[in-house]
Amino acid sequence: MIYLDNSATTKVHPEVLNTFVTVNEKFWANPASIHTFGHQTNELLQSAREQIADILKTSSEKVYFTSGGTESNNLAIFGLAQKYKHRGKHVLISEIEHPSIIEAANKLSGQGFKVEWIPVDTEGIIRLESLETLVQADTILVSVMHVNNETGAIQPIEELSKIVREQSRALIHMDAVQSFGKIPVDFNLFDVDAITISSHKIHGLNGSGLLALKKFIEIEPILFGGGQESGIRSGTTSVPLAVSTAKAMRLALEDLDGKIAKLQSLSDNLMDFLQTFPLVKIISPSKKAPHIISFSVQKIKGEVLINALQQQNVIVSTSSACSSKQTKTSHVLKAMHISDDYIKGVLRISLSPINTQQEIDQFKIVFKQVMNVIKGD
Amino acid sequence: MKWEKILVRYGELSTKGKNRREFISHLRNNIRFSFVDLPNIKIQAERDRMFLTSTDDLEMNALIERLPKIFGIQSFSPVASCSKDLDDIQATALKIMDSLDSQDKTFRVTVKRSDKFFPMDTYELQSIVASNVLKQYSTLKVQMKKAEIDLRIEVLKDAVYMMAQVIPGAGGMPLGSNGRSLLMLSGGIDSPVAGYMFLKRGVRLDAIHFHSPPFTSERSKEKVMDLANQLSHFGATVRLHVIPFTDIQQSIQAQIPENVSMTTTRRLMMKIADLVREEIGALGIVTGESLGQVASQTLESLTAINAVTTTPIFRPLISMDKLDIIDIAREIGTYETSILPYEDCCTIFTPSCPKTKPKLEKVEYYESFKDFDELITEAVKSREVLSFPMKKSNDFSSLL
Repeated sequence: MIYLDNSATTKVHPEVLNTFVTVNEKFWANPASIHTFGHQTNELLQSAREQIADILKTSSEKVYFTSGGTESNNLAIFGLAQKYKHRGKHVLISEIEHPSIIEAANKLSGQGFKVEWIPVDTEGIIRLESLETLVQADTILVSVMHVNNETGAIQPIEELSKIVREQSRALIHMDAVQSFGKIPVDFNLFDVDAITISSHKIHGLNGSGLLALKKFIEIEPILFGGGQESGIRSGTTSVPLAVSTAKAMRLALEDLDGKIAKLQSLSDNLMDFLQTFPLVKIISPSKKAPHIISFSVQKIKGEVLINALQQQNVIVSTSSACSSKQTKTSHVLKAMHISDDYIKGVLRISLSPINTQQEIDQFKIVFKQVMNVIKGD
Repeated sequence: MKWEKILVRYGELSTKGKNRREFISHLRNNIRFSFVDLPNIKIQAERDRMFLTSTDDLEMNALIERLPKIFGIQSFSPVASCSKDLDDIQATALKIMDSLDSQDKTFRVTVKRSDKFFPMDTYELQSIVASNVLKQYSTLKVQMKKAEIDLRIEVLKDAVYMMAQVIPGAGGMPLGSNGRSLLMLSGGIDSPVAGYMFLKRGVRLDAIHFHSPPFTSERSKEKVMDLANQLSHFGATVRLHVIPFTDIQQSIQAQIPENVSMTTTRRLMMKIADLVREEIGALGIVTGESLGQVASQTLESLTAINAVTTTPIFRPLISMDKLDIIDIAREIGTYETSILPYEDCCTIFTPSCPKTKPKLEKVEYYESFKDFDELITEAVKSREVLSFPMKKSNDFSSLL
């Protein structure tokens, strides 16, 4: 099987799985218990938290383990809006956010907050000139993803931060689910206040992720109970998942430059190949993350292509895993004004550093065959 | 919030005439010791205050968080700086207010304008900044006297400096300024508090603990190690002397009548502590005894125990109520460890009704039938010495 759907989920790294099993075997105490066993387990949990804090350049008490990207995004939207509502009620998100941001923001707008949308250009990159007019003195939260999951477009977070900081006192949340491990991400590199990370996109385990805040930023909980995770995320913290997340993050950053170079070369190779087909239109912008290639075949449904490729053991997806089962067209592609000829035929190839050039070569052979069949040659 | 520097106001040492230089150098060493993990910190000590700076923002934040634990500091304030541009001044003022809990507080702005070429006069700047802050924070109430938030702005030649917080320090004196003592550390609530109070007066500590395996578990020893480690967080290394006490306790059991065995146990502990004290060159012995708390802490008991040595024995908790001691234990974070339910050597052979008023002559008489000296020398010689803060005991690197 040639698996090219790594933005949907990734295969668990054997060392991460090993960590998960070992922690379950040896440190399965409740980290909140006061006996030595609990204490040891808590120490391990703290070490994981510190490792992540070091990676993200924040302090360990600002790292909150969650059940994954969706929960972290919900926590960021509701928790930050709630905490800072005394400053204002205005929230900005981009048109191309993940549903876990969009739906949370929709809910928020029903709770007395005013939510506005930052539009994107035809490349799927937020329009900074629109942002400038949208940011108000009473804007309290701006949430924009670092890399779009459907197109791979890198959003201009640095410029965004500058504008937001100049014009308001709003907090900035960056959904880095698709960028962490493919682009350097931390609180020193980006002037943001909150970062979402998901484990299973970086060869970690499903059902785990985190929200990290910059130092001194505070947040209100959305889950209530025993007061774990400094009261921000009640529920017994899963130490095996937390430690696995820390490990997956460390492994993802090992030789990051080398991994980026590899992804870039695979991506360049694929782009060159795809551009030789007259019916193919590249959707990904020039400024894109190295692991996502989004393209469309004129007047052909994406699903047809996926099935045809799958028969040859090549796995790709339509624009995103979340939306691929829905019949409605992607909000991201709509926001980019992709024409009707192409909008239904969008395919996403998403790579991991464990993919090889041989796999790409095999994909190219299979894709060529499929195209020939479809065109009726 | 990006802070330029931290202004530190000295504690009591401001009053110490000639010794000032020594005190300041102790404080400087303590800060170096406590922040050894923050390599970029620069310390600039002046006669009546100290400035801490770091090129790394995270280090500055860590400093702000951990400075309240350092003895010898009365209070400190994070200071921000900005250019002399009015917009810049306004923005910095708001950023400082954002970093505080600025709801429903009394508030004032104080301006000191040392740069006489600054275009605005003191009152003008004061009112412009104040009205802008009040616009953003409508729940602030202006009050000139004893305002909860006093936003101080100093216009100097090079830049404008601003601060709003005066964070209380731990008080006391910098560690090392008052010599060394030996703390008798049992594992209960009181002794760590006694140790803390002496640390706070600038006394360096060694600790001594009596361990009776197999009657007392490894865990009760670990608990004491934990406590010693917690004490070391207050700014200096703490050495822990663990005395093997089983043989001595058993021979007390065999030799001394049950109702005074407790007194003898304490006397022998004190003798051992005194020998260790002499060896390490400490000047006094510190205990967590509090008058009347248990049978060994009545005036009669204390007198009988005290009779084994002429070394000064300090009992900082002697007249304190238990509840007040517990409050301090909670505050310094030793309480949770202290209440862990492990047997220690004081509880395993507890007689059913120990004498609360032991007679010294009688105790001495009973003890005269047995020569404990050899056992004592042996115990002192074979003690285990541990040093804290300990390097991380658990290595999780294979998992992470």
